[in-house]
Amino acid sequence: MIDTIDRALIVATQGGLPLVPQPYHAIAEQLGIGADEVMRRLGAMLDAGIIRRIGAVPNHYAIGWTANGMTVWNVDDDQVDTLGAQVGALDFVTHCYRRPRALPAWPYNLFAMVHGASRDECSAKAAQIRALLGAACRGDDILYSTKILKKSGLRIAR
Amino acid sequence: MPELSDIDRRILATLQGDFPICERPYAEAAAQLGIGEAELLARLESLLADKVLTRFGPMFQIEEMGGAFVLAALAVPEARYEEVTALVNALPQVAHNYRREHQLNMWFVLATESKAGIAEAIAQIEHDTGLPVYAFPKEREFFVEMKLEARL
Repeated sequence: MIDTIDRALIVATQGGLPLVPQPYHAIAEQLGIGADEVMRRLGAMLDAGIIRRIGAVPNHYAIGWTANGMTVWNVDDDQVDTLGAQVGALDFVTHCYRRPRALPAWPYNLFAMVHGASRDECSAKAAQIRALLGAACRGDDILYSTKILKKSGLRIAR
Repeated sequence: MPELSDIDRRILATLQGDFPICERPYAEAAAQLGIGEAELLARLESLLADKVLTRFGPMFQIEEMGGAFVLAALAVPEARYEEVTALVNALPQVAHNYRREHQLNMWFVLATESKAGIAEAIAQIEHDTGLPVYAFPKEREFFVEMKLEARL
């Protein structure tokens, strides 16, 4: 899917783009290829979805989203895909996935991240999800993050 | 927490994606914000230094290149929390790690170049920490779009 040059480009940019007027030229120089090729390959990876997007990755705590809750739901297996799509479509949900349960410790199979300036705001959002899931939901919880222990993003080896 | 200027807010609102791929991308992005290239570069540098931004650049979707992302959790005894944090964070495969309030109190994302790399990373963490890893691979993705504007 990717060749060694793409891989080298990922290694060169995974920590961030150089903060210089011509960042793609700087990367090209570092890799010993042309800037045109760097731009063409990055564009192709963007089109292919290998790059989700290019831009600023904020620390959401530092920009005012101090309450970050992972809401988790135990939803009937035969309804989870339909309902999961509806939860994912809520404008305040930033990530939504179906994941396996780990019984007996972990009965939840639907995960949706919500964010707010306070826990009250997060729990109000969780209440909207609860209302949407209705009787198909047998139990839920909300796990607030209290500390970012690491946030480096992808790091493949050189 | 650092004070955000009006221009910082606009950078956060408009530059979480769509950064151009062209000869002078910062100049192009700056023009859209109504500022100069040098000012945008200086603002980005200070937002990174103040840790308002964790990174500026491409976000990769490793699954599209044959790799895998897996959410995993540990139930860490409180007395060992710092030690286990250091052990887990030492693995380059750990892309993010959050402390959460629950019996499962450490939640991290493993990102590996191959699908087999996930099992290796989990085995390594279990070996290093002596704790069982709960893995929650996604079975289906309904939505992912982590773009939050500044609300300070």
